[in-house]
Amino acid sequence: MSVSKTFLGLLEGGASHGYDLKHEYDAHFGIDRPVAYGQVYATLARLLKGGLVTVDAVEPGEGPERKRYAITEAGVADVEQWLARPEAPQTYLQSVLYAKVIVALRSGRSATALLDAQRTEHLREMRELTRRKVGGDLADQLICDHALFHLEADLRWLELTAARLEELATQVNS
Amino acid sequence: MSSADAVTRNAGAGEPAGSGPTLLACHELVKSFGATAALNGASLELAAGEIVAVMGPSGSGKSTLLHCAAGILAPDRGEVIFDGRAIGAESDARRSELRRTQFGFVFQFGRLVPELSCIENVSLPLRLVGVKSREASRRAVEWLERLEVADVATKVPGEVSGGQGQRVAVARALVTGPRVVFADEPTGALDSLNGERVMQLLTTAARETAAALVLVTHEARVAAYADREVIVRDGRTRVG
Repeated sequence: MSVSKTFLGLLEGGASHGYDLKHEYDAHFGIDRPVAYGQVYATLARLLKGGLVTVDAVEPGEGPERKRYAITEAGVADVEQWLARPEAPQTYLQSVLYAKVIVALRSGRSATALLDAQRTEHLREMRELTRRKVGGDLADQLICDHALFHLEADLRWLELTAARLEELATQVNS
Repeated sequence: MSSADAVTRNAGAGEPAGSGPTLLACHELVKSFGATAALNGASLELAAGEIVAVMGPSGSGKSTLLHCAAGILAPDRGEVIFDGRAIGAESDARRSELRRTQFGFVFQFGRLVPELSCIENVSLPLRLVGVKSREASRRAVEWLERLEVADVATKVPGEVSGGQGQRVAVARALVTGPRVVFADEPTGALDSLNGERVMQLLTTAARETAAALVLVTHEARVAAYADREVIVRDGRTRVG
């Protein structure tokens, strides 16, 4: 998740203080990982330095002055480029699971037990996400579905690998 | 107690679903079709109100396990105990009555009667156990509303979408207030969005009526609606 890009996207809706930005970010994207205040102000400082935001107003408060940030034209262009550019698909060609299977087979340990335990753990996590999805709003559903589809892909790999273990063991130990 | 009475009693079971004593147990089932062994010592236990997913690859024996558990197929060896009684020891008539009054079924393609309207399809299990027409229709409408398909009540299955048809099938499975619902790949013929909706409605309705649910699926996202899973491979079961 790019905090700086999402901040810019949120600022397109109107100028905002760091405090309000953090809360808006957390409400939409920070269900598991709310952004820390330190990261909020470090990110805004970077955006300010890059000319993507500007200080729209400075308001006195009881403590330090409160700066209100606004997006610049360069910032809007940056958001447009970010949205238009597809993300690089992540292929995980050398996954930890693959490594564990190979190590288990080479050492004579049970790769089947390893895959079974992993399947159980994946399904447990999927049940938890499904409970959260069923009890949540549309945003929760979309976020949980994204995670669920990825876990499901892992599970399909686990099933296929389990079906090929004999062949794989022969290759690995030859 | 008549079948109609049993259905009335079951329909009133509105306590929250939860784990309890074993309601249905399959012990070491063996079943072959000719030379092909479908089940080779498969076991399954289901508590009242529990939702269990039966998972496994195609041909692993999971549908055969469901059919044996529901008394549709008789195992070659092993036994199925429902509510403390061995199903295999019951007469054909008693097993049929069990399926009509205690069990509900949802299949991959709905299997609605094509000539009947949706409301008639949902009423049918009640009519078969002697519930009067007006009362059966009233309960059918309630379930169609609950499954959000009351607007297709007077249409025949051929006039509704796959997702709507499957919701009608869920209503038909639950209208008698069964203690166990058997669902065999209930979302297998649906797109992702309709599949999700059917699963949400099916599991919510099962929990609200305290019905246990045996959910056969090869899809992990569908199995994730269950309380736990049982894996079937080569006709044998392993608890997840």
